[in-house]
Amino acid sequence: MSDEPATEPVISEPVISLRGVRAELGSRTVLRGIDLSVHRGEVVALLGANGSGKSTAIRSVIGQVPVSDGAIEIFGTPRARFSDWKRVGYVPQRTTAAGGVPATVTEVVASGRLSRARFGILRKADHEAVRRALALVGMADRAKDSVNALSGGQHQRVLIARALACEPELLIMDEPMAGVDLASQEVLAETLRKQVGEGTTVLLVLHELGPLEPLIDRAVVLRDGCVLHDGPPPKAVGQHALPGHDHVHPHAAPGAEPVRTGLLS
Amino acid sequence: MELLNYAFMQRALLAAVLVGITAPAIGIYLVQRRQALMGDGIGHVAMTGVGLGFLLSWSPVWMATLVSVLGAVLMELIRWYGRTRGDIALAMLFYGGMAGGVMFINLAPTGSNANLTSYLFGSLSTVSQSDVTAICLLAAFVVLVTIGLRRQLFAVSQDEEFARVTGLPVRALNLLTAVTAAVTVTVAMRVVGLLLVSALMVVPVAAAQQLSRSFAATFAVAVAIGVTVTLSGTVTSYYQDVPPGATIVLLTIAAFLLLTALAAPLARRRARVLEHAGGDPAECVIPETGKETGRATVPAGRASRNGTEGIGA
Ligand SMILES: Nc1ncnc2c1ncn2[C@@H]1O[C@H](COP(=O)(O)OP(=O)(O)OP(=O)(O)O)[C@@H](O)[C@H]1O
Ligand SMILES: [Mg+2]
Repeated sequence: MSDEPATEPVISEPVISLRGVRAELGSRTVLRGIDLSVHRGEVVALLGANGSGKSTAIRSVIGQVPVSDGAIEIFGTPRARFSDWKRVGYVPQRTTAAGGVPATVTEVVASGRLSRARFGILRKADHEAVRRALALVGMADRAKDSVNALSGGQHQRVLIARALACEPELLIMDEPMAGVDLASQEVLAETLRKQVGEGTTVLLVLHELGPLEPLIDRAVVLRDGCVLHDGPPPKAVGQHALPGHDHVHPHAAPGAEPVRTGLLS
Repeated sequence: MELLNYAFMQRALLAAVLVGITAPAIGIYLVQRRQALMGDGIGHVAMTGVGLGFLLSWSPVWMATLVSVLGAVLMELIRWYGRTRGDIALAMLFYGGMAGGVMFINLAPTGSNANLTSYLFGSLSTVSQSDVTAICLLAAFVVLVTIGLRRQLFAVSQDEEFARVTGLPVRALNLLTAVTAAVTVTVAMRVVGLLLVSALMVVPVAAAQQLSRSFAATFAVAVAIGVTVTLSGTVTSYYQDVPPGATIVLLTIAAFLLLTALAAPLARRRARVLEHAGGDPAECVIPETGKETGRATVPAGRASRNGTEGIGA
């Protein structure tokens, strides 16, 4: 499968490309032939119900989940040979990520800078970048606090700062907005807008588009390990959460309702 | 200090300081990755090394190093490939290691269970000159790894998946952690003993955590506690004629209890300071969104409804 020729000519080289990717977890087939490409400068949202394989798809891209069939390329390099990780920032789906030992917000975010630091030695510029990343997510004043003492949403913002610390060209985020309050979502959306304005490519898993909606160029919807939809973001999903949206009709437009249930069920 | 006049005590004290530094230094990464009992497992496996050393008339310290490094690598491989059966395989490795040690030492012409006891629980008088040389070399390795690679080991222990995306050689670092833990076990073996090593890796870290908020501070405080208890334990053991390993471990637990008792009032004071400093600025923004009245409140309600639909599907 890996030497399969590209089926269609593309304008720009895809930053992420998955072709016919299958993956098993345990004895379960979780991905059944996923095709997905993200081009330079694009913001692509990965949608789907719980258990549809969104996280697995993303984790196959970063090499955390072994792929049984198909091909994955990052920046045009087959994943197995890709080593230029300083170009990639990653936000994992939030777990109870605090380790068994206390660590400060700065210490955690600094580990995101390691891909740019040779031999793990952080120089002045690196510490500067860590501070910038913390300021971007509005956590600069908590820099010296222990991550164990943060709320879920604050923790999530720290994980985003950790991904931003290496000043990546490609951001891969798994439900970055989970548990983040609306005000902070706006802050993060603004941060992301700036990043995208500077040419960053983004692939992110979302359950609601929320304040990010205007940024998203394309949505890919998964269901049961297959791609169900690949195209413009489903308008109805995020519309209500958008502050600029006018609530003229108490009920959504007639055409929108079926789209929403179709995509998210 | 008349006890410094004895060469055996000089050696024992030197070994004790090195144990006090190295055991918490690697232990902190084990605690961070929630493998606090790994040191205990390696200690069991190392017994086979001691037994083999006697059987082959080879230095038990070097032989224990060799066997426990092999055992640690095996444990790491079991963790990768073992999946569901992993814990059973580990149990067999641990108890096989212990049984092997007892068997080999009884087969050895010069060995007896009495020899083994000094390795299990530690002993001051038996630390030989060649042991000290070995301990110094091994401790130097442990210090180099745990301090020189602290950022990498921290990242891998904190979040393995993320560490992979920063391009760190995660498997190599995991192996290195396991090997370093194995080396530390043999550093500590002569003074603290194989069965008590793990306590010195874990308890000083747990004690330090009671006070600290950062990883760096936890590391420093844990090592300080480690050195304090190993030194005072060794001295106590000399004057009171009690076994050093047990003394050191009991002192470590006492340090833990003391710091835990101190931690509560300290945390209260810290909380008071924080209250004065004010909360999260993002939370203070709420009134601002509120001023867009109708707009902000209605979408919030809708948003949560959409969320439920997504989950229910
Ligand atoms: N470690 C695992 N072992 C076996 N099966 C797994 C494992 N992790 C996930 N799965 C299964 O794979 C499927 C896809 O999981 P995945 O985490 O990719 O879903 P998701 O789309 O990210 O869901 P969510 O919205 O809840 O994050 C699920 O049905 C799940 O049961
Ligand atoms: Mg997920």
